[in-house]
Amino acid sequence: MLDGLSDIKNKMGSSSAEEVVASYLEKIEKSDINAFTCIAEDAIDQAKKVDSLNIEGPLAGVPIAIKDNISTKGLSTTCSSAILDGYVPPYDAHVIERLRKAGAVIIGKSNMDEFGMGTSTETSTYGPTLNPWDSERVAGGSSGGSAAAVAAGQVPVSLGSDTGGSVRCPAAFCGAVGLKPTYGAVSRYGLVSYANSLEQIGPLANRVEDVAALMDVIGTYDNRDSTCVKHNAGYTDALQDDVEGLKIGVPAEYFGEGIDDNVQKLVWDAIGKFEDMGAEYTKVSMPNTPYALAAYYIIAMSEASSNLARFDGTRYGNRSEGENWHMMASKTRQEKFGAEVKRRILLGTYALSAGYHDKYYLKALKVRTLVKQDFERAFEDVDVLMAPTMPTPAFKIGEKMDDPLSLYLSDVNTVPINLAGVPSISVPCGFSEGLPVGLQVIGNYFDEATIIKAAHSFEKNTDHHTKLAGEVV
Amino acid sequence: MITKEQVEHIGWLARVNIDEEDAFEFASELSTVLDYFGQLDEVDTSDVKPTYHVADVMNVFREDKPTGSLEQDDILANAEEIQEGYIKTPKII
Repeated sequence: MLDGLSDIKNKMGSSSAEEVVASYLEKIEKSDINAFTCIAEDAIDQAKKVDSLNIEGPLAGVPIAIKDNISTKGLSTTCSSAILDGYVPPYDAHVIERLRKAGAVIIGKSNMDEFGMGTSTETSTYGPTLNPWDSERVAGGSSGGSAAAVAAGQVPVSLGSDTGGSVRCPAAFCGAVGLKPTYGAVSRYGLVSYANSLEQIGPLANRVEDVAALMDVIGTYDNRDSTCVKHNAGYTDALQDDVEGLKIGVPAEYFGEGIDDNVQKLVWDAIGKFEDMGAEYTKVSMPNTPYALAAYYIIAMSEASSNLARFDGTRYGNRSEGENWHMMASKTRQEKFGAEVKRRILLGTYALSAGYHDKYYLKALKVRTLVKQDFERAFEDVDVLMAPTMPTPAFKIGEKMDDPLSLYLSDVNTVPINLAGVPSISVPCGFSEGLPVGLQVIGNYFDEATIIKAAHSFEKNTDHHTKLAGEVV
Repeated sequence: MITKEQVEHIGWLARVNIDEEDAFEFASELSTVLDYFGQLDEVDTSDVKPTYHVADVMNVFREDKPTGSLEQDDILANAEEIQEGYIKTPKII
């Protein structure tokens, strides 16, 4: 079983933060899964500071990997894109300020799909992250580096961001725990925006209790993000092994065509386990689910076409030559953006352009209302919803790269959650042919406590999270 | 079906230069995805309001007090070309 925060706290009793961080740096150095885009040169100095100043924050001396789209002052932030290669932010994101205050050591930036666009971390300009369970398979995306680093024991905890499943997908593929908080629960100040009405920063770890501990640190109000909502936190208070009377809803539409038989069986086994533990389940219907994927991609691409307009080679990033600004910007964006980013910018621009706005963008926003209403109706009768996180286990590297639509279809069970803005956690629930499978537990708005409690109880009564790559055939 | 010419025009609007070979490829890929998006036509949304924002957050105000900002040197540090404290670009007009 890989180290969690409690193990590190125990180690800190006999070792220094410097020794703990050095041991993790050594693991990263020896690894060849390409989970990091850069390592913080001052990681050891950060740890020495924790030792010398006797910092006693809740994460004192804990090394953490940060997805490369979260701004870190003085440390490269590239979104795994050539257009931002060499960019060093002059400020920290809200979550980074909070982590530093809690004593965490920012050990490096983790690999991701370029600007968060992908489900496999294959669109990174630095090459794909390899799945620690099978190096021929993807780690998932877009927070693939953050999940793989945790699953390979290179860090105990990490941060990702989730626009359409980007924390939960790699968590499921790598056998880790990943939480997508309620929209507005975590400040997005300092997160490089891709689709701002959908995305949230979320924690990844090998245990539910560590994800909760991270949420206690990062899930605080911040007036620099106008979508951040004041709410009652207390995520670690929810860590109780008790699901007696929990009402689970199982949406039939999340077990439809394209969901692997083994994955379905493992998720149903997990729901059976919850019954044994005192919970009860009913089947529910969320009839607009089949339209969520198309609505999601139209909204995400439309927002992306606007958000990525800032990358033109003028104020930061790399610049190509051009005889005037328009030529310079157009050439810069042609040469420095990858194919998937260009595809989404073009589709988003098309969906927002005169004559098509109502057909695509406005229509998608209306379908979003219907998807949101599906969740609101479901939560009138149940406490949580349960479903597979991903339709299949991790697929092979290169398998879906030539067919963008097939890659988009992988997100079928995660994107409705982002459209509605509700919280959702993915926890390991078994293995299919030696590869991890994730159970998705979805909650009502700002009711992270219930999904954390359910996930924690499941973890306490099963051993899937204790397995290491190589131990499961 | 989206045409090569349409892709080139969208590329101009989005300030992404698209050469002819890429335009053919994008036209085919984008057409497949737009076909998929077309399934939304099946949904009756005549009485449905759009959701721009999931949270009930309206009019976030703060006191009109000046706060600190980034230093000029920090802003310029990432620009490729600067001159006399300004970011320099090729001519726009």
